[in-house]
Amino acid sequence: MINKFVRSMAEAMNGIKDNSTVLLAGFGDVGTPNALLDGLIEQGATNLTIVANAGGRARSPDHPARGLPRLIELGRVKKLICSFVRAQSIAGEAVRDGRMEVEVVPQGTLAERIRAAGAGVPAFFTPTGADTLVAEGREAREYDGRTCILERALPGDVALVEAWMADRWGNLTYRDSGRNFNPVMAMAGKLTIVQTHHVCDLGHLPANEIVTPGIFVDRVLHVEAGDPKLPE
Amino acid sequence: MNETAHAFRPLGRAGMAARAAQDIPEGWYVNLGIGIPSLIADHVPADREVVFHSENGILGMGPAPEKHRENPWLINASTQRVSLRTGGSYVHHADSFGIVRGGHLDLCVLGGFQVAENGDLANWAQSASEAGRQIGGAMDLAVGAKRVWVTMEHTTKHGHARILKQCSYPLTAKHCVSRIYTNLAVLEVTPKGFVVIDIIPGLSFDELQARTEAVLHRA
Repeated sequence: MINKFVRSMAEAMNGIKDNSTVLLAGFGDVGTPNALLDGLIEQGATNLTIVANAGGRARSPDHPARGLPRLIELGRVKKLICSFVRAQSIAGEAVRDGRMEVEVVPQGTLAERIRAAGAGVPAFFTPTGADTLVAEGREAREYDGRTCILERALPGDVALVEAWMADRWGNLTYRDSGRNFNPVMAMAGKLTIVQTHHVCDLGHLPANEIVTPGIFVDRVLHVEAGDPKLPE
Repeated sequence: MNETAHAFRPLGRAGMAARAAQDIPEGWYVNLGIGIPSLIADHVPADREVVFHSENGILGMGPAPEKHRENPWLINASTQRVSLRTGGSYVHHADSFGIVRGGHLDLCVLGGFQVAENGDLANWAQSASEAGRQIGGAMDLAVGAKRVWVTMEHTTKHGHARILKQCSYPLTAKHCVSRIYTNLAVLEVTPKGFVVIDIIPGLSFDELQARTEAVLHRA
């Protein structure tokens, strides 16, 4: 019997190695696997390359850093690949002080590089970013009269995903804008670990409504995480 | 020059948004960027069906809900809570940018730091060396939408021109902007350069030109 449910965070995080590339889903706080991030902080893997939409928030005396900014603060992130990082943020400080490398890529290119990895496409040409700073070091070619640049697929050793509902095969649904990067990151992770708000019996999720089929999923942990929060 | 004889009132942020909203027809699929562009949706009459897209995977985005109807699972690309109109749908991030890059949006309205007379846009950094790089989805939107409009103040806070012969800040994309809505005027980017298609009451063409580095042409 296939059963991808794991019963503990330790089991969910088991085997994540130092130097791993970790795909971290979510946009804002919505669809972000915060419990798994806490688990990764606890688990101890270091020298990580993190792929996420954004570098996260500024330091605040009232709210200790959590999640990705906390992982960065702990010095566990060697490199951040993202579409957005503020100078005035925990990530921005780490970049400025030379404690972390950063690669900032256009958001659509980021999503497509991850999708390509999951779909077995090693590289693709895109018009996004041509003739800008992000084109530096990229091969450029003209297609249909437009300059395009070569972008490499971006696979993960690990993907951390948040679902709304999951069954024991790892079939997943998402809620509203909580879908965001989750389906493509689930495809692109060699080891895809899911935290889900709800669990259900096999057969309960209508086949027409499953967004991520279990073939892309390795482990599922049930976490009653509650509603996403607004930025502090 | 006697300023009182030339009294004019620059548009505020809401005024710029309202002016741009006038030119968005029913049936268009539209993405609105952060800042002034995000205010445009409030100025499209409810009976004019315009479908708003948000980069994080929403088509048919509606306005901010009343407090008691807020849905914490539904935020826009600026991470503000929003609503979904009847007929709206969700897609994942790669499909959302397929919508963008694939040329499916009729219009994207972006904020800007600088626009050049050839349509070049700079809107994500004021120097190449910043520790912060806030690109987000702007480069994809700038190359992908069928039309790119920019809403921004005509000059900087210090009175420096932002409508230029050539951008000095890092580019978002080349040759992408077709129209600019500022607090003083509406400009069209054409092969011969900027053409003034609207100007606020009380401001003359020459006064507008004095606040613009690039050469302006009369419509």
